[in-house]
Parts: sequence; C-alpha cells; structure tokens
Amino acid sequence: MNSYILGLISIYYLAFLFIVAYQAEKKSKNAKSIVSNPNIYALSLAVYCTAWTFYGSVGRASTDGLDFLAVYIGPTLVMFLAFPILLKIIRICKTQRLTSIADFISSRYGKNRSLGVLVTIICLLSGIPYIALQLKAISNSFGILTRSLLNSNILVDHTFYIVILLILFTILFGTRNVEATERHEGMVTAIAVESIIKLIAFLAIGMYVTYWLFDGFEDIYNKAKLLQAAKKNFVVENESGMSMWFWHTLLATMAFLFLPRQFQVTVVENVDEKYINRAMWMFPLYMLLINIFVMPITLAGGIIFNGQAVNSDMYVLSIPLHFSDESLAILTYIGGFSAATGMIIVETIAISVMVSNNLLMPIFLGIPASKDLINLNPSRVIQFMRRFSIALIIFLGYFYFKFITEKYSLVSIGMTAFVVVAQFAPSVLGGIFWKRGTQKGAMAGLVGGTVIWFFTLIIPSLVSSGVISDKIMTEGLFGVSLLKPYELFGMTGMDNISHATFWTLFFNIVLYFFGSLCSKQTSIEHNQAVLFVDVFQYSKGIENSVVWRGKALVSDIMNLLESFLGTSRTERIARVFATRNNINLNTRYADARFVNYSEKLLSGIVGTASARMMVSSVAKEEEISLNEVVEILKKSQELMAVNKELKQKSQELKLLTEQLQAANEQLKFTDKLKDDFLATVTHEIRTPLTSIKALSEILYDNEDIEHSERQHFLNTIIKESDRLSRLINQVLDLEKFESGKVKVAKETLNLEEIIIDSIESIEQLAKDKGISIITKIDKKLPKFEGDRDRIMQVMLNLLSNALKFTEGNKGTITITAYKQDDNLYVNVIDDGAGIAKQYQELIFDKFYQAHDQTIKKPKGSGLGLAISKRILELHNGEIWVESEVGKGSKFSFSIPIE
Amino acid sequence: MNIQKNIKVLIVDDEPNILLSLEFLMKKEGFIVFIARDGEEAFDIIKREHPKIVLLDIMMPKVDGYEVCRFIKGGNETKETKVVFLSAKSKEADIEKGYSVGADLYIPKPFSTRDLVKKVNMMASGVVSQ
Amino acid sequence: MKQQRAIAITIFLVCLLNFPLLSLFNKTVFIFGMPLVYVYVFSVWAVGIIVIAIIAESKNVEETQEHE
Repeated sequence: MNSYILGLISIYYLAFLFIVAYQAEKKSKNAKSIVSNPNIYALSLAVYCTAWTFYGSVGRASTDGLDFLAVYIGPTLVMFLAFPILLKIIRICKTQRLTSIADFISSRYGKNRSLGVLVTIICLLSGIPYIALQLKAISNSFGILTRSLLNSNILVDHTFYIVILLILFTILFGTRNVEATERHEGMVTAIAVESIIKLIAFLAIGMYVTYWLFDGFEDIYNKAKLLQAAKKNFVVENESGMSMWFWHTLLATMAFLFLPRQFQVTVVENVDEKYINRAMWMFPLYMLLINIFVMPITLAGGIIFNGQAVNSDMYVLSIPLHFSDESLAILTYIGGFSAATGMIIVETIAISVMVSNNLLMPIFLGIPASKDLINLNPSRVIQFMRRFSIALIIFLGYFYFKFITEKYSLVSIGMTAFVVVAQFAPSVLGGIFWKRGTQKGAMAGLVGGTVIWFFTLIIPSLVSSGVISDKIMTEGLFGVSLLKPYELFGMTGMDNISHATFWTLFFNIVLYFFGSLCSKQTSIEHNQAVLFVDVFQYSKGIENSVVWRGKALVSDIMNLLESFLGTSRTERIARVFATRNNINLNTRYADARFVNYSEKLLSGIVGTASARMMVSSVAKEEEISLNEVVEILKKSQELMAVNKELKQKSQELKLLTEQLQAANEQLKFTDKLKDDFLATVTHEIRTPLTSIKALSEILYDNEDIEHSERQHFLNTIIKESDRLSRLINQVLDLEKFESGKVKVAKETLNLEEIIIDSIESIEQLAKDKGISIITKIDKKLPKFEGDRDRIMQVMLNLLSNALKFTEGNKGTITITAYKQDDNLYVNVIDDGAGIAKQYQELIFDKFYQAHDQTIKKPKGSGLGLAISKRILELHNGEIWVESEVGKGSKFSFSIPIE
Repeated sequence: MNIQKNIKVLIVDDEPNILLSLEFLMKKEGFIVFIARDGEEAFDIIKREHPKIVLLDIMMPKVDGYEVCRFIKGGNETKETKVVFLSAKSKEADIEKGYSVGADLYIPKPFSTRDLVKKVNMMASGVVSQ
Repeated sequence: MKQQRAIAITIFLVCLLNFPLLSLFNKTVFIFGMPLVYVYVFSVWAVGIIVIAIIAESKNVEETQEHE
C-alpha cells in the first residue's frame, strides 16, 4: 500500500479526533457536558488497552498461553472492588484537590516535596518506554502495511510527523485550563471514542479470522491441535505457570490503579462518583470482549504462517494482508493507531502535570527572578510549563523509541513498567487505610522497591543489550552469588517479572511498614493521614483542615489567588468561602481556614508542593505541636458530633417552642377567661348589693314609709342577701372544681332514690307555685358509682331552674330516667319560656361577660349549670339542653354505669 | 318640687329589685316614671313618651344599654334627652365607652341613693331652664 | 450493603480464578472444541461481570454516600 495514503488516513483520523474533542469542549462550555455520562467515563477507562493489548496480546498468547489474560483479570477484580478503594481515592482527590499520583503520595505524607519528585521520576521511568512502545507499534504497523523499511532519518519518518500532531493535540486539549482539577472534557470524549474504535476493529478482525477464514472456534482449535507449537496454549503449564498467573494478576491489579494514565481517567477526570457504578462492570465487560478472539487469532496465525518467520505481535495485520483484504487491514491499523494514540495522549497529560508541578515549578520558584515573571502573568507561566512538559515527554518517548528500543528488546517493556508502577501500592493503599504510615516509611519503601526493580529488571536488559558485562547475571553483583538479578537470594523457578514483582514488593512493603513504625509523624503528616484515612467522615464537614497556624495578610493571600485565578473569580471564591464559613475577610490577617483553602485552590493549579511553597512565602508559619493537631482534629470530630446533636436539639427546641407557644396561647386564653369570670362575678355580686344598698338607704331616709311597703323592701333585702351568699358559695365551689380540689366520693348509688329525694325537697315550692311534677322512671335502673351529694346538687339545680322558668298555676315539670347502652339518662323537662339557640351553650359557662359582650344570658341561671357541668365531667358524664323559645326546655344529663 | 311634676323619667333595668328602689326614689321626687325591663321595651316607651331623663342599665338581655343610648341620642326628637348610665360595670374603659356613646352621666353600681337623687334633680332643673 | 456484597463476590472470584481451584480445570479437555481452562476462565469472568452489574446498578438508597 502507498505510504502516502496510509499517512493521509492517519492524519484524517487525528483530524477526526480533533473534531470530536473540539465539539465536546464546545458543548461543555454550553453546560451540555458529554463527559457527564457514566458510559463515556467507563469507556474512557479502556485507555488501559493500549497498542500492547491490540497487537501484543496475540504475541503474548502465542508464547505464554492463558497468561495474557492475567493483565485483564487483575483490573477486573480491582474494578469489582471499586467501592472500598477507587471511590476512596476519588473522594480524597476531590476534597484535597489532587491531580496526580505524585500529588496524592506527597500530600498524604505531609505534602513532602521530595516524595512528589520521586514519584514523578518513577512515572517518567515507566511512562517514557511505554510511550515509546506505542510509537513503535504505530511505526511497525505502518511498516507492515506499506511493506517499507523503517527509515532512521527522522525527517522522512512518518512517525515523527504523527508525534508532532500528537503533541499539538495533547497541548490543545490538555492545557486549556491552568487548573488541572478542571476536567479535560474534549480529551476524555476523544479517548472514549477511540475505545469504541479499537474494540470494533479488534472484533472485526477476530470475527473475520474465526468465521470467514475458519469455521468458528471449534474449527480453529481442531486444526491447531495438529500443531506441536500450539499445544502449550491449551493448558497452563505446571506450577510455575500457575505462580506466574498469580503474580501477573497481582501485578496488573496494582499497575491498573496507579498507572499515570489510569489515575488520570479514573480519578482526576471523574465527574461524578456514581459513575463508578457503571464503570465497575462495563469496563471489565470491555476487556472481556476485546480478549475473546485473541486465542483464535493466535492459533490461526500459527496455522496460517506455520513455519514462516512472521512476528506473532503483528498477526492481526499480517493475516488480512496475507489474504489481501486491505480494507480490513486498514481498519485494524486504525484500531491499533487509536489504541496507541489514546495511551500517548492521556499518559502525557498525566505525567506532564506531575513534571511541571513537581519538577519544573519548584525549580522555577527557586529562581529569584521568577517572582517577577510569575506576577506578570502566572497562568501563562504555568501553561507554558505544562506545554513544555508535554512536548518534552512525547519527544523523549520518540527518541527512546528511535534510538534505544531499536537496539533493545521490547517484549517486556509493558510488564517492566507495570512492576515499577506497582511500587506505589504500599504507600497509596497503606496511606488510605493506615494512619500510622509515615513519610520516611513511604520514602524507604518507594526507594527500596525502585532499586530492586532496577536491579532485577533494568540491569538484565542493559546486560542483554551489551551495555554492561553479563558477569553480573551469572556471578551476581560484586561476585556475590546471592545477588544475581534473576535469582535474587537464590530464588529460582519464577519468571523474571514474577520474580521482580515478588522482590520489589517484598522490600517495598517491609521498608514501608518498618520505616513507618520506626519514625515519627510530624503534625502536618498526622493531619493529612487522618484526612486521608477518614475521608468519608471529613469530606462532609466544613473546612476542617485547620492545622495551619500562622499569620498571613489577607491582601497577600488575595494577590496570590488573583494572579492565578483572576480578580473577579478570586473575589467570588473569597466571598462564597467567607459566607459559607462565617469568616470576616475585612481583617488585616487572614483566617487560618481561608489560608488553607487558598492553598488547596492553588494546589489544584500548581500542585501540592508548589502551592505550599507559595503560601509559605507570604505567610509566617508557626509550627504546631502534634498534640495540638490531635486536639484540633478531635475537636473537629467532636464538633461534627455536636453539630449532629445540635441539629437534633434545635429540632426538639423547635417542637418545644411550638408547644410553649400553644401553651402560652392556652394560658392567654385561660387568663382571659379568668378576667371574664372575675368581671362576671363582680357584676353578679354588685347587682344584689345595689338593691340591698339602695333599699336600705331608702328605708333609712324615709321613716314615714308605709308599713306594707317597708315589709316588702325588707323582704327584698333579705332575698337579695341570700342571693349574694349563694353566689359566693357557688364561686367558691366552682373554684374548688377549677383547682381540682374536689374529690368525688365513689359510692354505689341508686339513681331513682336520688331523683325522688331531690323532688321531695322542692315539692313544697312547686305546690306553692301551682306547678305539677310528673316522673317517669324506668324500673330496675342499674346502680352506678358516684358522689351522692354532687349528683343531688345537679338534680336540685335543674329542678330549681325548671321551677324558676315555669309559669305558675299551669306549668308542668316532667322528669324521666332510663338506661340506654351503658349510660343512665335523666331528663328534666319544663314547659316554660325556653332558651334561645344562641344561649344554649352559654348557660353552661361559668361566665357570660366576655370582653365587649354586654348581652346577658337569661337571668337567674347563675353558676349552677356551670357547676353541674363540672360535676358531671368528674363522673365522666355529660349535660346538655334542648330548648325552643316559648315551648320549654329539656335539660338532660348522662352518667356511664361503669 | 312641683316644677318637676311634668318631667318624664324612664328607668331601664332587668333587675326587678333595682327597679323597685329606683321607681320609689323617682316617684318620691315627683317625676312621671316609666319602667322598662329590657332594651326593646325601652325603645317603645322612648318613641311614645319622649322621656326627658333615662336611667339606663347596660347589661341586659336582648338589647344592651349602649344600643338604647345610641338610639336616644340618634333620634331627632329625643336627642336632648339626658341619659344616665347605672351600671355594675365600673372599669374605666366601661365608663369611657358609656360617655362615648353619648351618656350625660355614668354612675357605677352600687350607687348612693342620695347622690343619685341630687344629680337627677340637677339634671331636671337644667332641663327646665332650657 | 452494596459494598459488602461486591467485596464478597470479588473474594469469591479471586478464589475461583487462582491456584488451586484454577488447576482443577487445567486439563487437556475440550468443551465445544475449546480448551476447558479458557471456557472456565471466560465463563467465571462473564458471570462475575453480570453479578457485579446487578449489584452496582441496583438502586440502593444508602449507596455511595455512606461508605464508612
């Protein structure tokens, strides 16, 4: 195939990616984020499947059989464990505004700069060869398709131009915002699209091989059985194969978590923690799909090219070419190209942030002249550093590919990178679950692991390329036979990678734990340790990292923020923060929380270590003792507990207030009732008093008054006096009821007896008035419990009222009593004047003179009915009246039998 | 004393015993006395007789004293009629309200008969002089 | 709840996909013409994905918010 056409296809493909990314950025600016989608997130994780997967899986399957799957089983298991591990890391990064694995480790261990540098260097050591591997894959596939030889002159090497385009793309979509915490929506969308493309391409070639060239899986396996070389692919060879499977799975598990590109897409680019729910099954499914046809293709390649010197790494391209299916070959090329470019883009962005934040920025800030430049246009400076790092990393990868990998074996570059990245595992996993882990422990573990990695994997590769003598391989370091790189301490029977994995992690873990146990944490370390391990407790709280104590001018902090965020944004952020935390920013010195928050904001832009440097340059810090830190943390924890309690308390208080208000209303009401009652009583007392006084004065002043009239007046005085004393008794009686002093006796009573007794006591009065009394009392009324005197009082009251209101000489009073259900009923019926509707309720009230009420209730009822009502209430009974004006009234009461 | 023979006095109260004493007192002074036991009765007598002086209770069934007073002071023929409230309501607010509806005098119960007679007589002479 | 279930499933899968359980299926036996060990690994893998998908996508009220 013409290399220009293929070159054009590559450029068109990159142009297509540009458009995809550009559109996504545009949409995200219009707040219609594409990345805010769990599927995009899950697909972007498939950046894990690089050209190494696309081409290399087949190659590895042909040599190691089932083992090629270990690299995918490991990440699958990690994804299944996303809740306790990934989610925690994501939460920590969000609350601490961490943007890289270097930031993560340095921040966890006291924002230590040298740890950040070390991690960055390790990432570079793993990343550069890995990028080179991708470039080599692009170059090789290009070469196979165009059947051309590689050209060592970079100017005619098409890979060089692809590198330039990749640098442009990465700079364009990776450094849009200075704030690394802001997500690269365009880039992520492009990566997700690439994931789809490489999957489709691989499935296409897989189906082509399996169902077009062969008759399905069975056919391939049956034919492969005849090949001697393929035999080893059907089963895992003996125990070393099993141990290899185990170690490689473990290795992939850890590498998957901490590979810079993986950390970038999984943690930094995560928009919503809930997306994990989708990714934790969708990404494993992706890996399963992309691996289904690996073995068939491997075996098919073996069958097709039996005995020919065809690189198994390139079977996916060689097979369609062999059958002259060029379009399929191009599709495969594009799939491999997308796998490679995806990896390069994300890895570069991830490492460039680390390089600029942890290596370049601190060095730059150390230069005295840098201050002026930073002040001039800080975001420009950061952007430049980021871009410079991107170009540097990709070029380094290119040169590594161009001048080193051509001489060295590429086979284990991927796995070698995995081993060194796995060195982060003890520090990170220990860091999020174990508070005791210290800076010195982390440093010791990382350095130890890396040194062993260098010894067990890098030295041999240097030996095999002839850089150093192979004496070390056979005789060991300094001639000590226990120090052979592939048989450290005499350990044999493992493949190089498993061997290295074991020893690096062994030293790393041991050093990390013992280093931690043997060293003390500083206050800041302890603070960070608690914030990391207990992130789910603290991330909900307010700005709680209050360990920083010192003096910084508000204006200095604001200037610092302004130079990175711009004036308007800084002001907005400060205002929001001040309101949220109830801080006054108009003071001379800044509140510690604000300083802290500013540092966090800055660390999102320039990284933890640099942010710390900048803030300390404007602030005078005071060292806080560990005890104080512990106190502060304890307090903030208590505060949260108190807060919770407070919330509950305030809820209770609210309820109480409501109750109190109701009680108060009730009280006010009763108070008013009391007033009304007093007014009523006063009025009621004054009326007879007025008569008595007036008549007495008349009698006194008029000695010549007629005898009969005098008698009449005197009789009236006596009657009014009686009325007065009765009234006073009633008031006292009522008062007793009100204050609950009345205790009703519980005697067994006979209702009929009481009625007859009460009638007897008024019989004479009725006879005098000429009123007849009729009784209709059911026989055998059951007995009931109650207070005889009180029931008698009710009866008498009703009877005397009836007498009062019944016209003399022709009136009748009827008394009936009966049992219905569980109640005894008594009716006192008269044919007197009757009571108008509006008074029927009122007459049972103890007062009638409500404020402004000047209409009197029917005369004479006094307080008797009010008292009767209370007596019945004490007997759990009721009293009521039915009446019509002019026709008479029917007073009734009921008493329950039990 | 004779001068007052022509002066009509209306007594309005729902308490018969108070009516008894007031009636005695007014008759003794030589007034022509009318009696009403509630507001409605009072309206009739006022319309019919145009009494010059009304002794008025406030708390009464059906229509209260304020209403009667307003009726008196609002009518063209009766607006010159003197109204004396006789009430057991003795709070300042009550007295104020009594004057605000147009009363000429407010005497709280229980009252002194001599004082009442003196005041009514003074009022009667005022009426005469007009 | 969700978290505990996922962890339990994963531990189970780790056992299934490792020595010594894996060696039970490491035989030169063919199912549907394919080597037993491949069929085994892929099926365990697929079933694991399905189970985890069911757990992860279930609407659990207290999910992701409370992890500690």
